[in-house]
Amino acid sequence: MPVDRRKLIKGLAVAGAATAAAGVANAKIRPRKTVPTDAVGMLYDATRCIGCKTCVVACKQANDMPPDSASTGGLYDAPIDLNSKTKNIIKQYQDGEKQSYMKAQCMHCVDPSCVNACMMGSLAKRENGIVTWHGERCTGCRYCGIACPYGVPKYEFEKSFPRVIKCEMCSHRIAKGQIPACCEVCPRQAVIYGKYSGLVADAKKRLADFPDRYFPKVFGLEDGGGTQVLYLSKAGISFENLGLPDLGSDPVPELQQTIQHGIYQGFVAPVALFAVFGAVMWRNRRAQEKAGEVKP
Amino acid sequence: MSAHDRHEAVAGPIWTPFFKVVALIVGITVVLMARRFTLGLGSSTALSDGYPWGLWIAFDVVTGTALGCGGYAMALLVYIFNRGKYHPMVRPALLTSALGYTTAAVAIHLDVGRPLYLYKIPVSPMWWNLNSALLEVAVCVMTYIVVLWLEISPAFFEKWERGPDGFFKKLANTFHPIIDKIMVPLMALGLLLPTMHQSSLGALMLLGGKKVHGLWHTPLLPGLYLLSCVGMGYAVVAFESILSSRTYKRPRETRMLASLAGVTGWVVLIFSGIRLVDIVLRGKAALIFQPTIQSLFFLVEMAAFVVGGLMLVMPAFRNTAAGQFQSAMLVIFAGTLYRIDTYLVAYNPGPNWHYFPSVPEMLITVGVIGLEILAYVVIVKTFPILRGATPAQAAS
Ligand code: SF4
Ligand code: SF4
Ligand code: SF4
Repeated sequence: MPVDRRKLIKGLAVAGAATAAAGVANAKIRPRKTVPTDAVGMLYDATRCIGCKTCVVACKQANDMPPDSASTGGLYDAPIDLNSKTKNIIKQYQDGEKQSYMKAQCMHCVDPSCVNACMMGSLAKRENGIVTWHGERCTGCRYCGIACPYGVPKYEFEKSFPRVIKCEMCSHRIAKGQIPACCEVCPRQAVIYGKYSGLVADAKKRLADFPDRYFPKVFGLEDGGGTQVLYLSKAGISFENLGLPDLGSDPVPELQQTIQHGIYQGFVAPVALFAVFGAVMWRNRRAQEKAGEVKP
Repeated sequence: MSAHDRHEAVAGPIWTPFFKVVALIVGITVVLMARRFTLGLGSSTALSDGYPWGLWIAFDVVTGTALGCGGYAMALLVYIFNRGKYHPMVRPALLTSALGYTTAAVAIHLDVGRPLYLYKIPVSPMWWNLNSALLEVAVCVMTYIVVLWLEISPAFFEKWERGPDGFFKKLANTFHPIIDKIMVPLMALGLLLPTMHQSSLGALMLLGGKKVHGLWHTPLLPGLYLLSCVGMGYAVVAFESILSSRTYKRPRETRMLASLAGVTGWVVLIFSGIRLVDIVLRGKAALIFQPTIQSLFFLVEMAAFVVGGLMLVMPAFRNTAAGQFQSAMLVIFAGTLYRIDTYLVAYNPGPNWHYFPSVPEMLITVGVIGLEILAYVVIVKTFPILRGATPAQAAS
């Protein structure tokens, strides 16, 4: 021995600091995702919904979803929440006099957490902004379920080769020039489909025209980074009442992505760290050999 | 002195009564595993859409790999901080790591819904979503398992080289020199990969956002996971060393463990300090005193970390085998709880969702651990892994 330990540790510390600095220097602010130019979307207006659930039935038919009769002892289809047989559901909020319906489905986030989570891009955001699932790339890891702030991706736990079930905005119908089933059948046009930009303008106009009818906010303009499914609620009933979480305006994946990208930007830091580890080890080993000691 | 003098296979038969009992348990759980694969996750687990991740991810994978960080922690100490005196402990630590990570890989196959598609990860780099922290973990862990077995492969080669002519001898003669040559980059990789994926295991839950309790959800999660896995790695090395020296009547490494304990203690105390300061700075300290199940788990977890850490730095405890054993157990317990807390206790998908592992879920976990124990016993009794019964002078 003795390898000059102090020197080595000092060298390591310097190298480590340099690596860390490279990481920090790379930690650019992640650019905010914006809605694609061809984006489509949906607008649900709770003041118009009468809770008839026609959209729930139409959604099942359009997507070949089996009935969920668990809550009725097998009598008829009556799902109580989104689940592996149900991509769309009408819920009710009631608090004394206050009452509202609420349509739950995938929000088609502008910066979707689920897409960020998914290892091989099984969940992907298309050009029109719709978030779809591609089974040939899905390992069934269920990280999408952890990531989605709205609790949307559902999972066929009862199957040996399960799929992830979520609203894909009836992409298969849109491809054929049709519109989403739920929007097509709604007798009150409580949920409508259209170009995202048009829907935003429509929603804002409704708020401006009837300020006393609505809760004064369009949900989805920037919540959690924005969603392509927009919501209007009745006056006096907040979106949290309807089950939509208060996410603030930061995209949900932003914190994790900023950190991960800071560390892995251009793979500089890992390569540097590898070089440092290798160099220090090689030096240690050579010093030991020189001192007439065995190699490790 | 060569490596041969330092490590020896443990003498004695493999089929001891203990081994038979463990094998029986594993056999029973294999039936349960078959059931899980044929009937789906719902048949065997308490998982739900609210809690898509449960015991298998939180314990078998996330905690299991952290407990498998002994090889990483020891290599860091010996090769980077140049503490050559711990060298004899590296090989046993590497074996526990290789087994720990391989076991976690088995658990992943049980947990994911479509395990048949896992092979697509290594073969489809064009599909890789580089934004996915889970992809980073998956690729790193897969690579690391290969690296670990290569790092430990000289132990196998040493045995085969002295064995009868044949396939294994040829294998050893061909590859042993190659492995020796690439050992430095291999070990550097063996240090880089855990640094990456252990921190990413913390980063995973950042995406849980508001669903993860404020006492655990912090931008420092990656760093905290890294620091705590190093502490757990040392604790596992101590635990394993004490247990194996007692079971296999090997010389105790009490003195070496005592100085290792000091290192572990400081790592754990620094971890606890950062954790607490971070909570205060983020303005979440009030959460500690709320009467919730989360604050209770937090307090137990922190108490175990701090008490374990203090015991490890106090000479009265760290110089005795009993003290070392107890403090190592405490640190292992604390690190395990920290991971289970982050992934399960701190995770709140909203009202109406509950999760507690089902009996088959727990039994399968037991079976997976049993499998690891069986493999450990077979390997240390066949190959030169543990320190020889005649203690050699430790290098430097
Ligand atoms: S609501 Fe959930 S599932 Fe739908 S796009 Fe957003 S994150 Fe993905
Ligand atoms: S379960 Fe499938 S879709 Fe969801 S994150 Fe995992 S691989 Fe992607
Ligand atoms: S867009 Fe299609 S899949 Fe989505 S809720 Fe409407 S009908 Fe169902």
